[in-house]
Amino acid sequence: MKRTLTTIDGNEAVAYVAYRLSEVIAIYPITPSSPMGEWSDTWSSSGENNIWGTVPSVIELQSEGGAAGVVHGALQTGSLTTTFTASQGLMLMIPNMYKIAGELTPMVMHVAARSLAAQGLSIFGDHSDVMAARATGFGMLSSASVQEAMDFALISQAATLESRIPFVHFFDGFRTSHEVSKVELLTEDDLRAMIDLDLIYAHRLRGLSPDHPVIRGTAQNPDVYFQARETVNPFYAACPETVQRAMDKFAKLTGRSYQLYEYHGAPDAERVIVLMGSGAEAVHETVDYLCGQGEKVGVVKVRLYRPFDTRRFMEAFPSTTKAIAVLDRTKEPGSAGEPLYQDSITTFFEGVANGWGSIKSIPKIVGGRYGLSSNEFTPAMVRAVYNNLALESPKNHFTIGINDDLSHTSLDFDGEFSTEPESVVRALFYGLGADGTVGANKNSIKIIGENTDNYAQGYFVYDSKKSGAITISHLRFGPEPIRSTYLISRANFVACHQPGFLERYDMLGELVQGGTFLLNSPYAREEVWDRLPRKVQEQLIERKAKFYVINATNVAGESGMGNRINTVMQVCFFALSGVLPKDEAIAEIKYSIKKSYSSKGDEIVAMNVQAVDNTLAHLYQVDIPSAPTSNIEMPPAVSEHAPEFVRNVLGKMIEQKGDQLPVSVLPCDGTYPSGTAKWEKRNLALEIPVWDQDVCIQCGKCAMVCPHSVIRIKVYDPKHLEGAPETFRSCEAKDREWHGQKYTIQVAPEDCTGCGVCVDICPAKNKSQTRLKAINMMPQPPIREQESENWDFYLTIPETDRRLLKVNNIRQQQLQEPLFEFSGACSGCGETPYIKLITQLFGDRTVIANATGCSSIYGGNLPTTPYTKNADGRGPAWANSLFEDNAEFGLGFRVSMDKQRDFAGQLLVKMAGVIGLELVEQIRHADQKDEAGIYDQRERVATLKSKLAGIDSDDARQLLSLADMLVRKSVWIVGGDGWAYDIGFGGLDHVLASGRNVNVLVLDTEVYSNTGGQMSKATPRGAVAKFAAGGKPAPKKDLGLIAMTYGSIYVARVAMGARDEHTLKAFIEAEAFDGPSIIIAYSHCIAHGINMTTGMQNQKAAVDSGQWLLYRYHPDRSAHGENPLQLDSRSAKIPVEQYMYMENRFKMLTKSNPDEARRLLAAAQQDVQDRWHYYEYLAARKMGGAQNEQDKSV
Amino acid sequence: MDLSTKYMGLNLRTPLVVSASPLSENLDNIRKMEDAGASGVVIYSLFEEQITSDRLELHHHMTYGTDSYAEALTYFPEPSEFHLGPEGYLNHIRKAKEAVKMPVIASLNGTSAGGWTNYAKEMQQAGADALELNIYYIPTDVDLTGAQVEQTYLDILSMVREVVTIPVAIKLSPFFSSLANVARRLDQGGADGLVFFNRFYQPDISLEHLEVRPNIILSTPQALRLPMRWIAILHGRIKASLAATSGIHTAQDVLKIMMVGADAAMLCSVLYRHGIDHIKNMEREIETWMSEHEYHSIRQMQGSMSQENCSDPSEFERAQYVKALHSFKPATAHS
Repeated sequence: MKRTLTTIDGNEAVAYVAYRLSEVIAIYPITPSSPMGEWSDTWSSSGENNIWGTVPSVIELQSEGGAAGVVHGALQTGSLTTTFTASQGLMLMIPNMYKIAGELTPMVMHVAARSLAAQGLSIFGDHSDVMAARATGFGMLSSASVQEAMDFALISQAATLESRIPFVHFFDGFRTSHEVSKVELLTEDDLRAMIDLDLIYAHRLRGLSPDHPVIRGTAQNPDVYFQARETVNPFYAACPETVQRAMDKFAKLTGRSYQLYEYHGAPDAERVIVLMGSGAEAVHETVDYLCGQGEKVGVVKVRLYRPFDTRRFMEAFPSTTKAIAVLDRTKEPGSAGEPLYQDSITTFFEGVANGWGSIKSIPKIVGGRYGLSSNEFTPAMVRAVYNNLALESPKNHFTIGINDDLSHTSLDFDGEFSTEPESVVRALFYGLGADGTVGANKNSIKIIGENTDNYAQGYFVYDSKKSGAITISHLRFGPEPIRSTYLISRANFVACHQPGFLERYDMLGELVQGGTFLLNSPYAREEVWDRLPRKVQEQLIERKAKFYVINATNVAGESGMGNRINTVMQVCFFALSGVLPKDEAIAEIKYSIKKSYSSKGDEIVAMNVQAVDNTLAHLYQVDIPSAPTSNIEMPPAVSEHAPEFVRNVLGKMIEQKGDQLPVSVLPCDGTYPSGTAKWEKRNLALEIPVWDQDVCIQCGKCAMVCPHSVIRIKVYDPKHLEGAPETFRSCEAKDREWHGQKYTIQVAPEDCTGCGVCVDICPAKNKSQTRLKAINMMPQPPIREQESENWDFYLTIPETDRRLLKVNNIRQQQLQEPLFEFSGACSGCGETPYIKLITQLFGDRTVIANATGCSSIYGGNLPTTPYTKNADGRGPAWANSLFEDNAEFGLGFRVSMDKQRDFAGQLLVKMAGVIGLELVEQIRHADQKDEAGIYDQRERVATLKSKLAGIDSDDARQLLSLADMLVRKSVWIVGGDGWAYDIGFGGLDHVLASGRNVNVLVLDTEVYSNTGGQMSKATPRGAVAKFAAGGKPAPKKDLGLIAMTYGSIYVARVAMGARDEHTLKAFIEAEAFDGPSIIIAYSHCIAHGINMTTGMQNQKAAVDSGQWLLYRYHPDRSAHGENPLQLDSRSAKIPVEQYMYMENRFKMLTKSNPDEARRLLAAAQQDVQDRWHYYEYLAARKMGGAQNEQDKSV
Repeated sequence: MDLSTKYMGLNLRTPLVVSASPLSENLDNIRKMEDAGASGVVIYSLFEEQITSDRLELHHHMTYGTDSYAEALTYFPEPSEFHLGPEGYLNHIRKAKEAVKMPVIASLNGTSAGGWTNYAKEMQQAGADALELNIYYIPTDVDLTGAQVEQTYLDILSMVREVVTIPVAIKLSPFFSSLANVARRLDQGGADGLVFFNRFYQPDISLEHLEVRPNIILSTPQALRLPMRWIAILHGRIKASLAATSGIHTAQDVLKIMMVGADAAMLCSVLYRHGIDHIKNMEREIETWMSEHEYHSIRQMQGSMSQENCSDPSEFERAQYVKALHSFKPATAHS
């Protein structure tokens, strides 16, 4: 049968099969598996059937634990059920996995295998997660490529139904889940042929039903639990044969043959590598190359890891095998070896004794670790592993791919070694997230894959920053199947889509001799060569490169495409690479433009087609002179003034050379210095704000809303202006209390992302030109140098004494130094201004527990991090535990620090005689309500510490180590709505109920922003989100109202863009309240589909429409007989429609489902009215005493 | 009493037609209009520019921020189809046709040649009885000549005429150097009706906020003078039907506009002020006036006061303005 060839990624390939074989799909987003759930939801909401003609039910849960529960329940009632997950998600499923396996329930769970959070979180691929689930009793089937992932999704489903052993089908996160590859699409007939309906009926019959009731999940006693546990053995014993049978049946259907343990290599191989996952492909490719060189090497690819079929495993090896290296993509610290290695050792010990297979004596077997967190695994590394095996005493427990100069586990490898055949076109594209490079490359792969006999592969490397993110696309095309599961290091085509990258990244290091370099450059033909950095010129000359240039930005702009240069650069690639005849390629590009965009309207198609037509006339070749002419040097990644660790370690990461760092330079416990973001000058902004002191009214709003803390304000004695650069701006401070002082607003020009939120919020207008304000965007390059000098000078001016500031007044409060700066958050982020505010108000005495999500990524993703410290060395201490436990994690801080403070107090009393009663009493009874009180206490503690330093006793030493806890500390628990409303809600509820003095900040973006906009319980009615493609039908959960029911929790709902002074007041009150507090902060977000420059206007509209109420619930007011709830916003001024249709998340429903949009809009408007009446009633109730009249009337 | 008129070949029970406005976005309103006695309705305008900008906006938001960050390669689900064309408008026409018996006139504002012709054709297919071309733009380009602007009107008309068979009206701007000439050329170019006049949105500025702000104002009865004059001038000189659409607030206004030669009196602001039901009152008052003044039909009075037929044709010309100036006595500073 002829099957369709298509180009898709691993996630889609798996979801394609899993969806068609399921009745119930329970999901929860987690990278890199989220797209499988998203595909399922999309298909389900558009009514696509499974192979039995019914649409699977797709349901999103509040956590992976919840998803596993639903899976278990659905299985127990007889439905064909699946789920998709990874990493921490899989960890949360483990308890149910034991149950599901213990009950012999067939299912397949598809896992995009990913690292687990240990010393640091990583979203990238390895087998740490699946290996942690290997004891659950689930079968484990590993696929190594996109095609295998699709095939094994089917084979595992067939096998689970027959064997009754549930399966984890896993494949490497990102490397396989996100690799785009040309595959043969299985047909629905293939799926039907593989699945035995009788087995489905049997599964259904085992399901719980009151029509044939049974009891399952009993509690068992010591007398029988053990025996009952052994009852499953025959099922596990039979399972491998079942899987192999399914593979054989599959081979007959499709011609693709798989073995549980598949050998590839020389029939007389002496050195064999054992491994599973995508790395097996790289080994396969290397084996072919080395065998071609006459080497006797081979590879055993492990497909079925559980149940481990020891006999078949032994039988896979050639009898000539002398040395084996077992490679694990995981680490088990303190173990005798990693899991696959240990399994192999055990198997050989038992197998040789039993005479299984053809090997008669136990060969040398060593184990090694590779590829953790998508670390590269290349043919060069594979050869090093074979070379190790050739040694008399091969290194055991080795690592490959890194330089372990600490424990000396690593094998050396020759980075120059390559097995890539010349017949493969290897192309590298350096783009910006916003320019559409990745999308165009995915499209090119599709065009080549589906219109030629070539095999095609695309892999995409993304930035860890969310603003100004670089993307690197690795594309391969060739006549043979592509097994290169590693990045391109020898490219014959390199394209630089952003001219700014020339000075930042060494892109030509990967270009082969005679290769082609394509550059998007704004400079004229005669100028372009001289504008290149000298190093780039030297590389082009040395490589004898062909150099082509286009001003793609102009061509795109003239075609109406704005900064999306994707189509233009795609045309250039086809014109230069010759993968397809030029005319044919252009026709295909146009065809695919029509296919992709016709649903979005003729205009979109037309402008893309116009861009295609306009391109070639502007593409030209530049002759390369024989000698370099440029004096432009590539600047160092970080300043030479940066601390050594930043220069030598973080700087390497910034240069994209972090994988060259040796083990010894990295912290052993995941602890990193704070205040490092300031060293990474990213120069993202094309335009930056410039202050106009003559127009400014000194309100401080621009600094308050700045998401990246690049706008700073100082008031200072005029004497500090001495030595100021000529262009440094200052004026008289307007506040009466600052009479005679100077006032400056300064922008950090190289850290600004150019979002423009400051300009949007500025209330002052230039009276002569009303389009100008007191702060205006201006092109950055011409003023970069001058403003950098001004910024450096600004930093030398002392900060204003915090004790002198009125913190409840924004104008003065904004003088407080932010201790959170220059984060990698999206340009115009709606969350970061709130975090910055915490650090300004309380940062020098704050510990932050941060839930996993956007705020943990921009808050803690290497290389550089934004939390910083003041001149005294104080600043927020920050940590991220998990997604689900953040409230508890923060409560732990509180309990611990309170205990230490109490113990210090005890010791103080005990040592009063030695320390001096007066100081002890002063410290114990200090009033630390304001900055002055805290300052004084710090002084006292300093005195105490100096006294203690001279005392030789255990008590003194104990107290010395605890003394700092005598100064008031603030605990902030920060996270998004996914955490607070969903996965962490149970814990959050408990922590709030604990009565302990913790402050919770919920950055409510109303979706899971970090994983790409999935619905949470905070998502408002009518919003389109992933898993709510048809608009969320249910209203938003009212978290604040739930918290208020305790009566003892400070609760505030704020929106900075609506009322900044209210936000400020709420933060101060929450922190001051001696008990738990929660602030729910409206955070506009890129996932709302809004103009991020005017996000604060969206906040205002949300409040003005009544969609987002502002209030403060202060338990202390009850004590005075007042109503604790103060409603701080008025009844709606504008219809909710006016707010909602400012945002694509609501508006797009009017385009995708107009009738439903109308219905949900009406319901949302009703919600607004009902909510207002309810809160109005709550806020109006008279408190204390007998029930009042108003209460009676309700 | 015969109140009927003929507008672009459509038989109207009375001259009272509801002009294009957001009132007709709601099907119930359209039913109410007929119930109140309206003889026809021009449905709110389909703006091609709006459709285009919605498409571009959607495309922008669907792609903005995508493929940048590994954990969030997209931010929205991609529905299998979007309703981004005029389907909603065309459905509305279809439903309006099903709901009422009176003529339903579609109104179109295009921005491209394809937009004018395709949408016009689709409106006819959806059942519209006639089409009103709402050629609504402010020529701000200092290089654009008046002749070019006029030619644009003619070109649009001719393109649309080629693709539809239903009557086509043009809603005009009053800002032509020679309106009469433009009217005649449009008439010759195949316009079945001319509508006087398009009321342009007039921005205001806020002194408090130093911002230009939209400030939609309803028409006043004084606005009737402009269409009244031009209908008076053009009556009898061109074949196309004539309709007035600004400042018709009372039965007297309707009578006046009929007398100068209009075939339809289009109502909008008055219905916002007094409700759709007010059409009934206007009709009753017209009948009363006609009865009191012994008119038996509207046709009898149509054009009776046009420039051609009135006793002093020069009253409708420039000199009349000079006279008015002379008779106007400004108030004294302290009065």
